[in-house]
Amino acid sequence: MASSDALLPISAREEEPLCPYTKLPDGSRSDPETHPRRRRPYKGLLAVSFGLLLIAFYVALIATQDGSRSNEAANAIDETEKTTSSSRARLAGVSEKSNDGLWKLSGGRNTPAFEWNNSMLSWQRTAFHFQPEENWMNDPNGPLFYKGWYHFFYQYNPNAAVWGDIVWGHAVSRDLIHWVHLPLAMVADQWYDSNGVWTGSATILPDGSIVMLYTGSTDKAVQVQNLAYPEDLNDPLLLKWVKFPGNPVLVPPPGILPKDFRDPTTAWKTPEGKWRITIGSKINKTGISLVYDTTDFKTYEKLDSLLHGVPNTGMWECVDFYPVSKTARNGLDTSVNGPDVKHIVKASMDDTRFDHYAVGTYFESNGTWIPDDPTIDVGMSSSLRYDYGKFYASKTFYDQNKGRRILWSWIGESDSEASDVQKGWSSLQGIPRTVSLDTKTGKNLVQSPVEEIKSLRLSSKKFDLELSPGSVVPVDVGTATQLDIEAEFEIKKESLDKFFGDASVVAEAEEFSCEKNGAGSTVRNALGPFGFSVLATESLSEQTPVYFYIAKGKDSKLKTFFCTDTSRSSVANDVIKPIYGSVVPVLKGEKLTMRILVDHSIVEAFGQGGRTCITSRVYPTTAIYGAAKLFLFNNALDATVTASFKVWQMNSAFIHPYSEEAVRALTRT
Amino acid sequence: MKMIVMVMMMMMMSEGSMIDQTCKQTPDFNLCVSLLNSDPRGSSADISGLALILIDKIKVLATKTLNEINGLYKKRPELKQALDQCSRRYKTILNADVPEAIEAISKGVPKFGEDGVIDAGVEASVCEEGFQGKSPLTSLTKSMQNISSVTRAVVRMLL
Repeated sequence: MASSDALLPISAREEEPLCPYTKLPDGSRSDPETHPRRRRPYKGLLAVSFGLLLIAFYVALIATQDGSRSNEAANAIDETEKTTSSSRARLAGVSEKSNDGLWKLSGGRNTPAFEWNNSMLSWQRTAFHFQPEENWMNDPNGPLFYKGWYHFFYQYNPNAAVWGDIVWGHAVSRDLIHWVHLPLAMVADQWYDSNGVWTGSATILPDGSIVMLYTGSTDKAVQVQNLAYPEDLNDPLLLKWVKFPGNPVLVPPPGILPKDFRDPTTAWKTPEGKWRITIGSKINKTGISLVYDTTDFKTYEKLDSLLHGVPNTGMWECVDFYPVSKTARNGLDTSVNGPDVKHIVKASMDDTRFDHYAVGTYFESNGTWIPDDPTIDVGMSSSLRYDYGKFYASKTFYDQNKGRRILWSWIGESDSEASDVQKGWSSLQGIPRTVSLDTKTGKNLVQSPVEEIKSLRLSSKKFDLELSPGSVVPVDVGTATQLDIEAEFEIKKESLDKFFGDASVVAEAEEFSCEKNGAGSTVRNALGPFGFSVLATESLSEQTPVYFYIAKGKDSKLKTFFCTDTSRSSVANDVIKPIYGSVVPVLKGEKLTMRILVDHSIVEAFGQGGRTCITSRVYPTTAIYGAAKLFLFNNALDATVTASFKVWQMNSAFIHPYSEEAVRALTRT
Repeated sequence: MKMIVMVMMMMMMSEGSMIDQTCKQTPDFNLCVSLLNSDPRGSSADISGLALILIDKIKVLATKTLNEINGLYKKRPELKQALDQCSRRYKTILNADVPEAIEAISKGVPKFGEDGVIDAGVEASVCEEGFQGKSPLTSLTKSMQNISSVTRAVVRMLL
């Protein structure tokens, strides 16, 4: 009845729906705009006059507090900086304190102005890491193995070398190393993904068919989840994909903002025989993971409980959830559960651009998970990371072909966007890694580049050297831009005994960290640092050390750190050059081992069998092509270190550009 | 009547303080407030809207600086090399950083916006360094660095 409307209080009439999206039964959508975060207050003539008075008062208030507020602001920024250590600007040596405009780039006033040329830039392209022929890439999407082919999809900008206009790129490989680019799998051609075909995951059903769930940014920029599947399951290349006509299958639920709902996971089976997925989100500053059950991937029930949530961690992107065996190194299908199984919850932290994970227990009866160690819960600054360098938006999949769990990750650039535009591309994927629980410690994962990478190994050289304190030794391997290094280090017993017995050696393990130690690898201490320096010039004017640093703890126990120091990797003044790394567990009786993959502008380092991993992007200006060398060093003051290692030259993976003939040839094989 | 007046007073106060509250959390409160108040959309924008206004200011400043650079080729021909570098850097701000930031913030993935905004400051700094202490663009550079810092702080509030 019309008259009843007049009796409704004003607030009810103006009320925005909590869920900004309502789905009409015929499948089309209603279209409220995404509600603004604050409402416009109602203004009246009366208010204006009082308002003027108040404004005068308010202005007076502001004017007198100006100074203190600016300081507060600067302090607030400082606080943020402490927790978000990978600030691109700060790490380039540029200060955030702009009150007096203090922006000092690395290099300072007297270094000659540096300019990139095409030779330097084209060298940066990798030989055996996955990257499209040109333009921008970010998150890995929907990795899977099907009918003899490994499939890889990725966030791609077909138009520029910066993020934007995102669609799904696609490539296939027999061995996760030699790739062939294929046409785009999905483009932004529906209202429910017209603003972006974003990240998603694949689930392989028991009958062998595939469902793909992905986030779409709608024409109103609302984040929704959509279903897609291969057009033709008989096509092993899965060239064409069909979007479910009833999309979206999920919209932001009540209480979740329309831009905090993305990156659905691979599904796993519930005890009732349904499929379950999780989607990251946040409520205020608490990062959470929502849980949905479905039987057909078209309609879902949201569980009232969360898979997990951790306060003050911010938005959880690219959540991943999977089982790992406690006793064996093989991978497990996402649905596996049992007494010999732990579950990993991983999330990419929007606030800090770090990927964090924790080992814990999954309760399948109610779809919840708790960490084994709540002091290092997912997303806390102290919690474990897959990789302590440049590594984000990672995603695993179960490779049923070889019974392993494989980890993909987006490796962004650390250079300026002007360089990206000039060279015409941006971003790489890390070499796919097998991931499993460290059966010796039970508390962390271990990762290793997939075995298939060894197929790129060409000639090798073996070395056994003794490094006296303070030595820097050139390692003659010929060209040093594409290398695979496996090394073992041992500190001579006499040096260790001396170290333990020396009361004057200060306990610093508690304060030490790779990145806090600004001097990086140049510091000299009793037991290190020692390791390799890759992409180094003859004169070491540019170099990237990858090393162990051993510190003494208060309890006199040794603590080992594994670091990569990119601070001297380049003389360029517009690239970010952090020192990365973390503590690495070393168990009794173990020698110190490291593996390094060098591939032009990317260095992937694995400490102690992959317990601590560090991926770095480096942009040398002279340590390129034939001028790039390899060195071994031992900066210890007293200790002698023996190094036993092998260095392989690595072939190119010859990643194949898309062509119709190539695809035809492939479909015949 | 008194209630209505009081409610209206509170509404007036809360309306002005959105810009205030936001700018309080940036490294340069005064700059932030003056930039946002100078735009008619400022008074009714949410934080995303404020970020977009600031990115627009970056765009305007980059355009202005590019024009200045173009003018300097004739006046200061000896600076050609540095000017070429700067031209490329500021074009990056206009053609890459700004569009990236606008798209990212409009679509709710502010982290890519943060990257674009930070890069604007880096590009300006690199251009400045190219003159090795004898830059004719110093005050424009400082403006870009400051606006970039302030904008970055606002974008981070969206994460």
